Amino acid sequence: MADEAHGEEAGLAFHPLDQFEVHRLFGEGPIHWYTITNVTMWMAIAVVCIVLLLVIGTRKRAVVPNRTQSIAETLYGFVYTMVEDVTGKDGIKYFPYIFTLFIFILISNFLGLLPMSFTTTSHIAVTAILAFAVFFTVTIIGFVKNGAGFLGLFWVSSAPLALRPILAIIEVISYFVRPVSHSIRLAGNLMAGHAVLKVFAGFAQVGFIIAPVAILGVVAIYALEVLVSAIQAYVFTILTCVYLKDALHPSH
Amino acid sequence: MADTAVEHGAEAGGAGMPQLDFSTFPNQIFWLVVTLIVIYFILSRVALPRIGAVLAERQGTITNDIAAAEELKQRAQEAEAAYDKALVDARAEAGKIVDTAKADIQGELDVQLAKADAEIAAQTAESEKAIAEIQAGAADAVKAVAKDTAKEIVAAMGGKADAKAITAAVTARMKG
Repeated sequence: MADEAHGEEAGLAFHPLDQFEVHRLFGEGPIHWYTITNVTMWMAIAVVCIVLLLVIGTRKRAVVPNRTQSIAETLYGFVYTMVEDVTGKDGIKYFPYIFTLFIFILISNFLGLLPMSFTTTSHIAVTAILAFAVFFTVTIIGFVKNGAGFLGLFWVSSAPLALRPILAIIEVISYFVRPVSHSIRLAGNLMAGHAVLKVFAGFAQVGFIIAPVAILGVVAIYALEVLVSAIQAYVFTILTCVYLKDALHPSH
Repeated sequence: MADTAVEHGAEAGGAGMPQLDFSTFPNQIFWLVVTLIVIYFILSRVALPRIGAVLAERQGTITNDIAAAEELKQRAQEAEAAYDKALVDARAEAGKIVDTAKADIQGELDVQLAKADAEIAAQTAESEKAIAEIQAGAADAVKAVAKDTAKEIVAAMGGKADAKAITAAVTARMKG
C-alpha cells in the first residue's frame, strides 16, 4: 500500500498547512496591520454569528424560548454556572469578559470546521493575545484586590518551611508558563486537527482501496474535531476561571 | 520586508508554518482586538443583560406559578375539609330530624291509641248497658205475656184468675 501511495505521490498534492495562510482579501501587496485579510473576514463572520445567536435570537425575550433563544440561554447558563462555581460570587462581575472569550473561541472553532474556511483560533498570534490578555488581567486584578498579599499565591504556607523557597520558585515558573500553555493548547489542538483532516483528504485522491479508508478517516477526524472545538473552548474558559479564582482568593 | 515574508510563505506551500509567519501578526492582533472589543460591547450592553433578564423573569414566573399552585392546592384541601364537615353536619342533622319525627309519631300514635282504647271501652260499656236494658225489657215483656197467657189459661179452665197469685207464680217461674 505504501509503495502504491509512494508511486502516485507525483500526482498527489499535500498542502495541509495552506488553509492557515493569511492573505489579503482585495488586491495585491504587503499585509499591514490594518489590511483587510481573511482573518478580518472570518472574525467578522464570527461576530455576525454571535449577534445572530445572542442578540437576534433572543429579541423576543420569550418566557418560553424558541430554539435559538434556548441555545443562547444554555450557553449563558453554562458559562455563568462555571464562573460562579469556580470563582465564587465575587467573580460574577467578570462574567461578560469570560463569556466574550468563550463565545469567540467556540464560534471561531466551529466556523473553522466549515470546508474552505479559515480557523482564526488555530493561529498562535490570536490565542497568545487571548492568553496574555487573561494573564495580565488576572495578575492586575490579583494585585489590586489583594495588594502584596497576592504574592502569597507563590508561598505555599501549608508546606514545610524548608521546602517553601523551592516551591515558590516552581510556583513562579508555573505561573509564568500559564499563558504559554494556555495559548499553545488551543492553537495546537486546532492546527493539528485541521492539518490531519487535510492529510486524510489528500490521501482520498489516491483512489482504489485507500480512498474509502481516507474518507472514513476524514469523517472520524471531523467528528473528533467537533468535539475538540467545543472542549478547547471549554478548557480555555475554565482555566481562565481558575486563574481568576487564584487572583481573587490567592491563599492555597 | 513584510512583502518578502508573505511571498516566501506562499512559495513554500506546506513547508513553513503560516502560524510562525510573524509578518501577519500585527494584522491578526489588530483585528482580534477589534473583534473582541466589538463582541464585548455587544454582549455586555445588549445580549447578556437581556438573557439574564429573561432567565430571571422565567425563574420568577416559575416561582410564582409554584406558589400559586401551592395556594390553590391549599384552598382545594380547605374546600374538601369544609365539604366533609358539611356532609357530617348534614348527616347529624338528618339523624336528629329522623329521631324527632320518630318520637313525634310515637307520641301521636300513643295518644291516638289511648283515645281509641277509651272510645272502645266507652262503646263497650254503652253496648253492655243497651244489652242489659234490652234483656231487662225482654224479661218484662215475657213476664207480661206470661201473666196474660196464664190469666187466659186460668180463665179458660173456668177459674177466676187471681192477679196477685198469677204474678207471684209467673215471677217465681221466671226466676227459676
